[in-house]
Amino acid sequence: MPRLLSFAMFFAIWWTAALFAGDAKLPPPPAVLTAMMAEARSGDLFFHLGATLARVTLAFTLAMALGAAIGYLMGRVRLADRLGDPWLILLLNLPALVVIVLAYIWAGLTEVAAIAAIAINKLPTAVVTLREGARALDASLDEMATVFALPRWSKFRHVILPQLSPYIAAAARSGLSLVWKIVLVAELLGRPNGVGFEIGVAFQLFDIPLLLAYSLSFAAIVLLIETLLVQPFEARLTRWRPRAA
Amino acid sequence: MRLEVDITSKTFRNAAGEQHDVISGVAFALAAGEVGVLVGPSGCGKSTILRILAGLDPDFQGRVSRPAGARIGFVFQEPRLLPWRSVEENVRLVAPLADEAKLLALFEILELKAHRNHFPGELSLGLARRVALARAFAIEPEFLILDEPLASLDVALAARLRDEIAMLMGGRSMIALLVTHDVDDAVRLGDRLFLLSPRPARVLAELPIRTPRSARGDAEIAAIKLDIMRRINGDPAKRDAS
Repeated sequence: MPRLLSFAMFFAIWWTAALFAGDAKLPPPPAVLTAMMAEARSGDLFFHLGATLARVTLAFTLAMALGAAIGYLMGRVRLADRLGDPWLILLLNLPALVVIVLAYIWAGLTEVAAIAAIAINKLPTAVVTLREGARALDASLDEMATVFALPRWSKFRHVILPQLSPYIAAAARSGLSLVWKIVLVAELLGRPNGVGFEIGVAFQLFDIPLLLAYSLSFAAIVLLIETLLVQPFEARLTRWRPRAA
Repeated sequence: MRLEVDITSKTFRNAAGEQHDVISGVAFALAAGEVGVLVGPSGCGKSTILRILAGLDPDFQGRVSRPAGARIGFVFQEPRLLPWRSVEENVRLVAPLADEAKLLALFEILELKAHRNHFPGELSLGLARRVALARAFAIEPEFLILDEPLASLDVALAARLRDEIAMLMGGRSMIALLVTHDVDDAVRLGDRLFLLSPRPARVLAELPIRTPRSARGDAEIAAIKLDIMRRINGDPAKRDAS
């Protein structure tokens, strides 16, 4: 219920602002909806949304898997941490635009280049978060697992993973938003499809309803992923925690 | 099957880089079916000895020989349960091959039947200890280690849990080692008591109790306790640590 109210407020503010700013600067919700419907009817909307979503999924999975593995290693093995730390700082501070442009120059305007560039941007934040998680692992539970001779996989699944899961969730949440922001830049600069490409087109034509139609559609998808996937998953993982106020 | 321990020294280095002697000479042996008890004042290094015996701390001078590949059941002082797994899952996890009927009996004796699906965060300390005990017994250990299993429980609860532990240990042929600062618990549960000095720990005296656990009367227990107090303090009067 509060969520719906929150949505209603968003549209009310938008509509009011549109009245003051004028159609040319900020079209009201119905105009954007019309543009959205038109794009949907032609199939373009779904094609471009699908292309972007596929890139987000691939880059996100790649970065999370690699980032989690590297972060865990750096959190557990001192040598790995000392070797990896300078690289990590470099990657963390490397602007997304530089990575994308370099990837396109070196690997051509290809899908592989785009996805690799997006993943490289997301990678260091996943590493940092998971490293923190691995450092915070409870040594006393580790000893318990050792004494009771838990098999490696069982220990990982029941002792280590649950301790890392809040960190994985945090990395996933911040990572999803980061990937989604960067994928548009990559598409704008070097892909012939996707939401970023369409927004580039809308920008050249100064077609604000089209621009908003695409960005809001994708925002809606992200919201859906959050409510239908991330939140239920988190709720399941934390159900053992006594309810906090 | 036999446990032989000869720890000549163990030192710790604290954060400031100072060296502390924790153990200065602890040697004893236990046979299967025997319950050994390390009795000593708080902070004398008892838990450190247990960690060494369980193989968790290889950094010491001396020698520990325990049956090769022995299944170890460890009841830690803080229960060390997995907070994200239910009571039953915590037990089953370490003993995936445990016999169904035996598990049921274990839950029955430790009064855990009503709590099988609870999470450890929902349990009192007494209950959490019971889960830790169930976990240690579920693997049918060959070497059982109990670190202050009755500490910080009220008297009545401690007595009940002590009886349950005694019941579980009876009829099992394993090496069991219990650590406590409570002389009463030591005399009621142990077959062979080792009195430890304050830090750095060394064995002051070894005290076998010949009467079987169940046959020990109050008078005999009182007599043994008095003997222990005399050995620890040097004066037989007044002081009663229980």
